[in-house]
Parts: sequence; C-alpha cells; structure tokens
Amino acid sequence: MTLARMPEPDRTVLDRSDAIIKDLETLIGVDGVISDEEGRRAFETDALTAYRQIPLVVVLPRSTEHVSKVLKYCYENGLKVVPRGAGTSLCGGALPTADSIVIVTSRMNRVIEADFVNRTITVEAGITNLAITDAVSAEGFFYAPDPSSQLACTVGGNLAMNSGGAHCLKYGVTTNNVLGVKLVMMDGEIVEIGGPYLDSEGYDFLALIVGSEGQFGIVTEATLKIIPKMEAARPVMLGFNSCEAAGQCVAAIIGSGIIPVAIEYMDRPAIAVCEAFAKAGYPLDVEALLIVEVEGFEDEIARLLRDIVEIARAFDPKVVEASSSADQSARIWKGRKAAFGAMGRISDYYCMDGTIPLSRLPEVLSRIAQICAEQRLKVANVFHAGDGNLHPLILYNANDADEARRAELAGAEILKLCVSVGGCLTGEHGVGIEKRDLMDVQFSPSDLAVQMRIKSVFDPQWLLNRGKVFPLSALEASERPAADQAA
Amino acid sequence: MSDLQRPGADWELQFVIAGCAERRLPIEIVGSGSKRAVGRPVDGTVTITTASLRGISLYEPNELVMSARAGTPLSQVEAELAARGQMLPFEPIDLAPATGGPQGAQTIGAVFATNMSGARRIQYGAARDHLLGVKGVNGRAELFQAGGRVMKNVTGYDISRGLAGSWGTLAVMTEVTFKVIPWPETAATIIYLGLPDNLAIELLSRAMTLPVEVSGAVHLHASVAARLNHPGLKSMNKSVTALRLENFASAVVGRKQRLKEALKVYGKALELDHRETLDFWGELRRLSVMPNRQTLLWRILTKPTTAPKLVAAIKRYMPAEAYYDWAGGLIWLEVPAAADAGTAEIRRVTAIHGGHAMLIRAEPSVRAAVEVFQPLSPPVERLTRGLKAAFDPEGILNPGRMYANL
Repeated sequence: MTLARMPEPDRTVLDRSDAIIKDLETLIGVDGVISDEEGRRAFETDALTAYRQIPLVVVLPRSTEHVSKVLKYCYENGLKVVPRGAGTSLCGGALPTADSIVIVTSRMNRVIEADFVNRTITVEAGITNLAITDAVSAEGFFYAPDPSSQLACTVGGNLAMNSGGAHCLKYGVTTNNVLGVKLVMMDGEIVEIGGPYLDSEGYDFLALIVGSEGQFGIVTEATLKIIPKMEAARPVMLGFNSCEAAGQCVAAIIGSGIIPVAIEYMDRPAIAVCEAFAKAGYPLDVEALLIVEVEGFEDEIARLLRDIVEIARAFDPKVVEASSSADQSARIWKGRKAAFGAMGRISDYYCMDGTIPLSRLPEVLSRIAQICAEQRLKVANVFHAGDGNLHPLILYNANDADEARRAELAGAEILKLCVSVGGCLTGEHGVGIEKRDLMDVQFSPSDLAVQMRIKSVFDPQWLLNRGKVFPLSALEASERPAADQAA
Repeated sequence: MSDLQRPGADWELQFVIAGCAERRLPIEIVGSGSKRAVGRPVDGTVTITTASLRGISLYEPNELVMSARAGTPLSQVEAELAARGQMLPFEPIDLAPATGGPQGAQTIGAVFATNMSGARRIQYGAARDHLLGVKGVNGRAELFQAGGRVMKNVTGYDISRGLAGSWGTLAVMTEVTFKVIPWPETAATIIYLGLPDNLAIELLSRAMTLPVEVSGAVHLHASVAARLNHPGLKSMNKSVTALRLENFASAVVGRKQRLKEALKVYGKALELDHRETLDFWGELRRLSVMPNRQTLLWRILTKPTTAPKLVAAIKRYMPAEAYYDWAGGLIWLEVPAAADAGTAEIRRVTAIHGGHAMLIRAEPSVRAAVEVFQPLSPPVERLTRGLKAAFDPEGILNPGRMYANL
C-alpha cells in the first residue's frame, strides 16, 4: 500500500546523524540509544505494516527527565520526533521518517501508586493496558478501556489515540477514564495537567491531549480511574437471518433501557472464519451474530439475559444461547476475540475503523459489500455494534500490488460512506497517516484550521509526529508553520 | 447597558462577531443569563445571547443521542428526554438558587460551556464526558464543527470536550450533541446520621469501592442538612451522609442489602424510597442547601480522603459549612463574606492538601478583585494564553471571565 506519501527527509539532518547519535548518547547514556541499522529496523513500522521507514535513531528513555532532555535537544536542533509506545497503532501513528528520532516509552512501565480508597492509579506511560488491570484486580478493581491489543499496547499509546474496545459502551473510552497526565512539551518543559481529582481547573487540556496522536507532547505518567469489578458478566449469543434484524435488535435492546457492557456483531463471512478457527459453536447458517454481554450480581444477570432474549424474540432469531457458566461464556467469546487472528490465517486483510449511526447499519453493510465487489475483493465485518464502530476487514493479497491498491481504494470509499451517513472516519484507531488525506471529507477548511492552530499552540515548529493527522498539502504549502497558513 | 444581540442563525452570529472583532469590541456571551453572577464580571460593550438559537435538532432514543441548539432551555431538553424515559447522565446542577440567577432557566449550551455536573458524575462522568460534538463560532468569526454524533470518534483532536468548561472564552457554541441514558427503573437512598466528616468520607469511599454502582455519595454538615426540605432529615440536627442506588427494582433491593451489610459498622441506616430519593437529590441538584445569602460559596476539588482535612484546615482560619459531593471529591464550602473572599487561606490550604478551588458566590466587586478560578502554573498559563489566542486572537469573547487579561 502506497497511497499515503510521507514528507521528504531533511538532508542536512541525515548528514549530521553521527553527531546527533553521539549527543543523544551523552544525554541519556549509550544503552538508551539504538543507532545500528538492525536495531533501528525493529522500529521501521507499527501495526500498519504496509508502510515502513527506518528512523534516524531510536531513543529509549528511563524517566520523565530523560524524555525532557531528549526533547529539549531535538527542539533546539530542529529535529523531528516520533513518539512510540508498543507500536500497535493500526493507522501508522508511530511510522517514522528517515530524519526522525523515535522516542519509545516501553522502558517506563512502573506502577507509581495505586490508591484504592480514592479509586485511582498513577502509572508510567510505557506500562501495558492489561498490566494496569493486573495491578489492581486483586483488590477487586479494573481499568475500563480495553482495546483488542491490550496485552501489548501501552497506556501512552492509548492516550495518544483515545483508544476504545469492546467494553466502551458502558464505561467510555480512554478520555473518560483519565484524570491527569505528566506531559513533556517539545521544548523539554514538564507540565502537569489534572491530577487525582475529578474535573479540571481552567481549560480542559486533558481533553485535547488525549487523542492528539502524539502531536502535543510526550505523556510520561498518567493518573487513571479504576473501577470496582462487577461480581460476574455473562453473554448471550443471538443469530439472525438478516443484518437488518440484528441491527434492529441492538436498537431495541438499548431503547429498552438496558445498557450492556458489550454488543459485538459478526457477519456471515466473519462467523465462518472465526468458527473454523475457534470451534466456538457459532451457527454457520445465519447472516449476523450478536454477542451481548451484561454484568452485575448473578441474580441480576439472569434477569437481564432473560429480558434481552425476550426483546430479541421480536426479530425472529435463529439461534439463542444465553451463557449459564464461565466455560460457556469463554467459548462464546473465544471466536470473537480470535477474529482478527483467525482472519489473518486465511488472508491478508485491511482492517477499517469507521463509525456510523446504528440506524444506518443495513444500508451501510450492503454498500460496503458493493464497494468491495466493485474492487473484486472479499470483505468480512466484525464490530462493536453498541456504538456503531465498524471494522470491515477487506481481504487481499499483500504480494499483489494491484490488489493492495484496490484494497486501499475500497477502504477509503468505505470511510467516506461512514461520514456521508453521519458517522466518522475513525472510532478508535486514529487518523495517523492512513486517514490523513481523508480528513477534508469530514472537516471543512475552517474546522481543520481550528485543529491545526491548536497543534501550533503545543508545538509551534510542528516537530512532533509531523506528517500525521492533517493532509500533507497543508504542511507543504509553505515553510511557515501550518497554523499561520490557516490563519 | 451594552448593546444586546440576539442572533437567530449561525451566520447572524458570525456577522456580529466579525463586526466586533474588526473593532475589537468586548462581547459578553450569555444563554439565559443564569450564570451571569458566576466567574469574573465581564464588561462587554456588546452582549450576545444564544436564546434565539433554540430547538432540538436530532433525537435518536435508540442510539442514546441528542443534538440541540445551544440556547435551548435545559428544561426543554430534559422534558423531551423524560418523555422517552431518558435523561442526562451527569445530572447538571443549577447554580442559580445559590447565586441569585433565574432558577431552572439555564440553557443546554451553558451546561456544557461551564461543565457543571451533579451528584451522578461520580458514576457516569462529567458533562464533558457526554459531549460528542459541537458547532460554534470562534473569535475569528469562523463557523466550525468538531466531533460528531457517534459515541466513538477519534477523528482529529477532541475539540468538543476541549471547549467544555471554557465559559464562552474560546467560542460561542451554537449546537451541541450529547449522549443520554435511560432513566433507571427505580432509585433508593440509604442515609447515616450524625457522622463526623472523617468517618463519613471513609464510609462514602468504602461504598464506592463496592460493585454496586453507587450513583450519588454526599455528606452534609448538620447546619447544611437543616436546610433540606425533607421534614425528617431537617429536624434531626445531625449531619447527613447519603448514598443513592439506581437500577431495575430487584437489583436495587439486592444492592441496598449488600451495601448496608458492608457498611453496618457505621450504624443503622435510614432509607428513602423512590419518591423521596428523587426529591432529596433534586434539592441537591439545585444547590438549595447552599442558598443565596450574605456568605461566600467555594467549590473545591480534591481527593476524597483529603477532603475532611482540607475543610478542617480552612476552619482554623474562618467558620465554614460544608456539603461534600462525589464521595468527598467535591466540596461546596460556605464561608463568611470577606473583602478578599478568604482567597489567601483557602488557596494556601488547597495547595498544601492538593486540589483546586473556584469562588462561586461573591459580590461582583470581590469577584473582580480576586482570582475566581484556580491560578494556573506558569506552563499551563502559557498554554492557556496560546489556546485563547488560537480561538480568539483579539480577545473579544468573554474577556476576563475566567482570568484577568484573558
């Protein structure tokens, strides 16, 4: 895939690379700097593997002070910086350029303080998402945002992308669960925003920083909300003959006043692939499968599952299987959780991430099928139905350049479709380089200008994660900062 | 009396702001004016009200989403939601009874512009957490939109939530889109009487660590509880510590038992039924226990476990009556009137214990003279000035409302 172009590297920076590496080694020690080609190659891409570029140098700081020193140096020398957590970004958010310094937070992975009485935890940014829940689960708590990559992804990356997951329907995305951050600005200044209290003083900078895709600064520490874990959770699996019926059933459940913790949707091709891999007992003769999970005390769960099944009856389900045990729950979830891996076993795929109003689901699914058919490609749909966050998986052969190009074209068409029905380009993966050139489909020039001016407030020289989020043309229009252009 | 503008369309608002920007005329922005007495006084040559930008433009009950023009009265929004068995999760509070503004008049735009959430914030999040999208006009007279109408949206920066709590100093919102939730089938409250602050906050914090989804956790000093309407609670002359549960009926019964069992060491609990629960929390939502009188009202955010120490420390300098919300994380503090509003002591104590404080009620001359909002650290102040300049380079939108010279 090659549709998104990256900015040309600065030759004068490339020519100075030896001196830059030496300076960085002096600043934070030799063991914190990776400069050999083989070592740097490990950071040439993130989970959007179609794009690759070996960076100038990779830095692995051990503290906020390290990050501050490195950023100050980069600021004073006009060097571009790409922040990186575990590199699980699906939108190319951590893709380097040849002239950039990649700052990786993975060595900063401590829990600083877990405060169970006040229900907060303060962690370093490089800790993995799942390790946060692990750190508090013995006391009966969990950290709510649960992106699919939670075993590997870092909370710093989650903050950058405002990541979600299956359980966001009830608990919200990252931004709803963050109370404070320690942010290192591009000039090296360390800023504390928020803290272990609810609501911010002054402007809500936390809201802007979360989801800023590493363009405002590098978060080194975060204070997060932790939530008491419910006694139990159990799903019901519902199979329908049409996607319309499944969509209407989702709306009816939510409309009835029940807010499940998750409502997951799979279409027929996705069911077949997941079942072949996971042997979860999914029906192969339905068009759509819903997994609806509720939580609470055991008696409450029984009542909620009964209610959901009752609601579903109106839509003539072919399969109804309410879990009554932990084993059964695990089996029902197994296929869904393995969906992306299972799909990867049969084909390369391009995972899209648009969001739509749920009422438009049937027409959107049929248009997605049509768009992919026009490009002579197959598609499977797995997604978070409760909040309309679609993940069409476009199947293609990565070794066939033409097929790859067609997959990318189909993906762009699907995202435009999401916007045209009132949705958005990305629900949880972020814009990165992948959707950068589609931003003007969703936003007018003045909408984008407002955003670009905010970028300039935090990073006037546009050194942080440059070339992401905004169409490249806006950056290239002049040597001056883009915000001046927008003004 | 300043020139009052009442635009009825986005383009009219743009036109007015463009004219003011050109002549650098300061503008005071109001919805219904219910919070005009909060924040630093604005000396606007022009006043713009959003009152004519009204009406609900989208409501999808099955998707839990609504859009409304900024000037739509909150009462209209809530009536429309209630008709479909839904509500705003964050239970917006009405500052008017405590500050002398028109009660029950606030607009939905002002609810988000000030990010004032009520008791349910502790379970469901703040107003800003429910804001999905915004349309507005900035100080450059540009009409822009941010966010959208879907729950999950990470396209570009989260400007909608960034505008929440900016008190009209960055842009005039013309339309807001927000998440709603169903009304619970039933609600109940359990109450403990006569606990001192530290034990009460310990109890509330303990309750919040149980998986029963407490949706309100407050503690009122005896003198504050005496202002409640509930005849039983009013006449007790004791502090009131209250916990609310909301869910379907059988779940509330079960959870109430679990909660009482876990908290039995704190004494025997009284119970309020569904109707009394609505009344009790409705009163708190209107801040009617902190009525408009010749005292000052502060709003202090801190860690729940810190709250009793913080209040005790302030009491060493001045008499103070407290109503703790959010399990102690939010303190509404009433103190005697003073020329500097007790600012030096309250800010010093808050700085020592951690947190931030905002002066809510004081004479205009006092609010003009002291820092009403929490002073900012130098780097955050620089960012604040930068953000203000990005949206409003001429500094014409609500100048000085949050901070002097901003």
